[in-house]
Amino acid sequence: MWFFTHVWILPAVMAGSFLLILLFGKRLPFKGAEVGITAVSICLLFALATAFNWATWGADSPKVSESAPAEEIESVEVAALAEVPSECSNVVAGLRGGEGGSQAEASPPAGGGASTGEGAAPDTAGTQGAGPGTGETATGAVPAAVAAGGGGEETVTRPVVRCTTWIESSTALITWGTQIDGLSVMMIVIVTIISLLVHVFSTDYVNGDRRYTHYFAFLSLFTGSMLFFVLSQSTLQMIVGWELVGVCSFALIGHWWEEKPNSDAALKAFLTNRVGDVGLLVGMIILFFAAGQSFSIMDVNILAQQGEIRHVVLLAASICLITAVMSKSGQFILHTWLPDAMAGPTPVSALIHAATMVVAGIFMVARLYPVFFEGLSIAGSSVNLLAVVGAVTALFGAMLAFVQKDIKKVLAYSTVSQLGFMVTSLGVGAWTAAMFHLFTHAFFKACLFLGAGSLSHACHHSFNMVDDMGGLRKIMPKTFWTYLIATAALAGIFPLSGFWSKDEILAGTGSFPGTSGANGEYHVMLVMLLLAAFCTAAYMTRTIWYAFFGEYRGHGHPHESGPRITVPLILLATLGAIVGFLNLPAAFDFLPAGTLTRFEKYVEPIGLYFPSITHASFNPVLAVLSVAIGLSGIVVAYLYYWKGAFKGLHGLSERNALAGWGKNVLVNKYYFDWLYTTVIVGFVKGPLARASDWFNQNVLDGIVNGVGRGAVKVGDFVYDDIDQRVVDGAVNGVGAAASGSGGVLRHLQTGRIQQYTALFFAAAAVLAGVFILIVG
Amino acid sequence: MSGLVLATETTFDVPGNVAFAVLAVLMVVAAIRVVTTRNIVHAALWLVVVLGGNAVVYLILQAEFLALTQLLVYIGAIIVLFLFGIMLTRAPLGKSDDLDNNQRWIGAVVGVLLLVVIGFSLTRSWGTDRLDFAAYDLPQVSGVTGTSVQIGGSGNGRTQALANEIFADYLIPFEVVSVLLTGALIGAIVLARRD
Amino acid sequence: MLLNQFLLLAAILFSVGVYGVIVRKNGVLVLMSVELILNAVNINLIAFSTYWGLGGQVFALFVIAVAAAEVGVGLAIVLLIYRNRRSVDIDQLDELKG
Repeated sequence: MWFFTHVWILPAVMAGSFLLILLFGKRLPFKGAEVGITAVSICLLFALATAFNWATWGADSPKVSESAPAEEIESVEVAALAEVPSECSNVVAGLRGGEGGSQAEASPPAGGGASTGEGAAPDTAGTQGAGPGTGETATGAVPAAVAAGGGGEETVTRPVVRCTTWIESSTALITWGTQIDGLSVMMIVIVTIISLLVHVFSTDYVNGDRRYTHYFAFLSLFTGSMLFFVLSQSTLQMIVGWELVGVCSFALIGHWWEEKPNSDAALKAFLTNRVGDVGLLVGMIILFFAAGQSFSIMDVNILAQQGEIRHVVLLAASICLITAVMSKSGQFILHTWLPDAMAGPTPVSALIHAATMVVAGIFMVARLYPVFFEGLSIAGSSVNLLAVVGAVTALFGAMLAFVQKDIKKVLAYSTVSQLGFMVTSLGVGAWTAAMFHLFTHAFFKACLFLGAGSLSHACHHSFNMVDDMGGLRKIMPKTFWTYLIATAALAGIFPLSGFWSKDEILAGTGSFPGTSGANGEYHVMLVMLLLAAFCTAAYMTRTIWYAFFGEYRGHGHPHESGPRITVPLILLATLGAIVGFLNLPAAFDFLPAGTLTRFEKYVEPIGLYFPSITHASFNPVLAVLSVAIGLSGIVVAYLYYWKGAFKGLHGLSERNALAGWGKNVLVNKYYFDWLYTTVIVGFVKGPLARASDWFNQNVLDGIVNGVGRGAVKVGDFVYDDIDQRVVDGAVNGVGAAASGSGGVLRHLQTGRIQQYTALFFAAAAVLAGVFILIVG
Repeated sequence: MSGLVLATETTFDVPGNVAFAVLAVLMVVAAIRVVTTRNIVHAALWLVVVLGGNAVVYLILQAEFLALTQLLVYIGAIIVLFLFGIMLTRAPLGKSDDLDNNQRWIGAVVGVLLLVVIGFSLTRSWGTDRLDFAAYDLPQVSGVTGTSVQIGGSGNGRTQALANEIFADYLIPFEVVSVLLTGALIGAIVLARRD
Repeated sequence: MLLNQFLLLAAILFSVGVYGVIVRKNGVLVLMSVELILNAVNINLIAFSTYWGLGGQVFALFVIAVAAAEVGVGLAIVLLIYRNRRSVDIDQLDELKG
């Protein structure tokens, strides 16, 4: 309990470390790195202790039978919110205070409880086909839907919230604080583990850098911001954390800002994120008013969950928030910044892609899940915006990874694709699967990035695997093996962690025949994800070919990296291999019950502030299929690169126009950058500006001119004038056209502001006079 | 207009109106001097008279806090800023014939036009409405503590009510204004620094 | 006292301010005229607040704050113009000329 209420120490320690490094870092023996590492280590220990506490805390949580009357369920669920102080959540205070009074109002939660039954009913129909009597299906549904924790009993989560007043006014009490439940505990563990390893890795990797101290200061701030973000108690605090994370990533991506592409990449990341931030702001404001002027996440979630907020409002809010997710988590169509962000130091990329920046979007959706669940009507549906965005990203991002020469860009698109998996998973209602994939992905993706960093460290800081690497398997065995394990995990090979989480997502789409217990039936998503899984395996094999096999194509003599680089790699690869066992499917009932669905039990909240989602059951056929697809991706790539199979395909893009066109589209990243810079910016700068100018110069002037010159000459004069001016406009530009126009309007276009002012006021006065005479 | 005169005759508050008339004439004259004087420093000094007159008008309207703020901010700070501006731009300190452009007639016409339109609409809509300060004396529920503050009484009740208003109903605009001021501060420094 | 006498006074000040903005050539003097306009508006706000409660006074306060910001930035701009052109004549700033 002490850990839950004092978890604010984590961001505070990191912020303190940031200040210390910034102020005194240069004078310390290790240039500030030791401060950062110490601080992160403290945080990691704290986070682990919190996690253990959370596990025991969950053990004596209240249990309630699913078949209990709605009032009983609700009273237990309200009692479970005992650690949410009234000042942190008006709604919880209301539920607790006016138990009798709010009973009539609180009937929506009964509806929420009933929706579990509704959600389970079609599942049973799916499992047992044209099953026997309805009475049996109803009971049969329960074990499928609920984890092995107990037949028909669910353990209600007891979140611990602490808050303090930030801004107080009569209409709104704005608080900030910490909210501890399974989700935030998992996040702080991931963030601190990855951050610590990245810190250690960095001491070697950026050794001797000109802004070494500055770099560690920002690593600290980055970690602290993310901790601040994931512990958020109010949506306003989330926005602050979100922006802090953005600022830190801006500073770190542009760490080597002396080179133009790097500072451009940082700016691009920042500006692209601004687009989404508008969505975030608008969405949060909508939620603020929808939740009765409360920023408290608890309030928003409970009200959204109970159906107290109108569906249209939730829909609008979730669409706005999806824009934010698109930019932050690199979803189509705002993903373009993420590959460019590779300009930053590699450990930063690892941190951004595994634990901090890009998972912020996913976390935000997960945290405000009732809003999306209700707003997008996820349950029982077969398509929604979130799932579409995610699935498209998963597939198209994976295809982009094929044409990259830069190993980090391959990994970047791989992250885009894997984030697409998570978003899809959230979109189809498989919340736990999404979080589990986030968890496993963090380890193996960090391992891959750090591995790429180790490679480039050996190859004179080049990331070009096609031209500067190759044959490094013998020279860098540790890097090779860790990279291989992480790749296999990413490709979803049994029994590595990626297999378990990806399989859960695939099952969660509810589309595969024989899968029961999912929230809806998302057929298109399943197909796209399977294709993406195939691509993932193939392009990762491609990176292994280029980096580790064949002949060394770079210059100089590469060497294995030092222990400060390899030890984090080994740790991450080990974790990436084994963490999948944390969430063994409930179907494995030959194992002791205590080993199954642990992740789900501890991370997924059950209670008033979270929708009662169901869980897809483990489907052996689907699992075999997904492994087979992953393996076939690897085999195809193996045959293509190692054995030179598919001879006809080699160099196809040079010979075949269609294939060449396809490759061009991929190399140009579907022309999204081109679309943004050339078409949109160009349109605003060019044609739009020119068109309005033309309208101003030619049409308006022309009208006045025509009147001024008199009716006699109108015919031929206007003809010549416009004709000439169109030609002139193309040749001489608009200035010449303007000076040639003359006439009455010229006297008004003096460029003297005060004349414009006079005209403005006179016109306003005249119009106001007319208004008064006519209307008033 | 005759109705206006009539209404004022019946309950003519002689000292108040005389004071206001003197003040109004003084302010109008000073304002006109601001925009016509040929000495730029004099313009600033005439502006002081207008701003001070404004403060007195606020007092007549029983807005004591505003009056004090007006004195502090305008006369204390903004006028000083203007004087600095005059000095830094090396404006001619004596008389100068070059302060106006050649648009006096346009300006005069626009000004009179505006005055006629505004004056016409004002006399039409507000005619002889009296200033009764009724709104000040309404009991207002103040938010933070939930107690109601009776304003308009003696002491500093009204300023207190104003504070309640700002920090309750208008809290967000207030914060926004503070952000605006920060922005303006940064902007002014960026613009004015030599680099 | 009548509401209108305050409103009319404000109207006069406003018109005089507008005249100043149109006629004055010196940038600092233009800013002073803008202050006249803003003060006229303030009188209006406060006069009406006697009818509708203190909201008007709150807004008058905001106007004062905004005016302070405006003068700060405005004078900085005037200073910059002076540095670049050795003159603060707004007449000469005719880059907008068509």
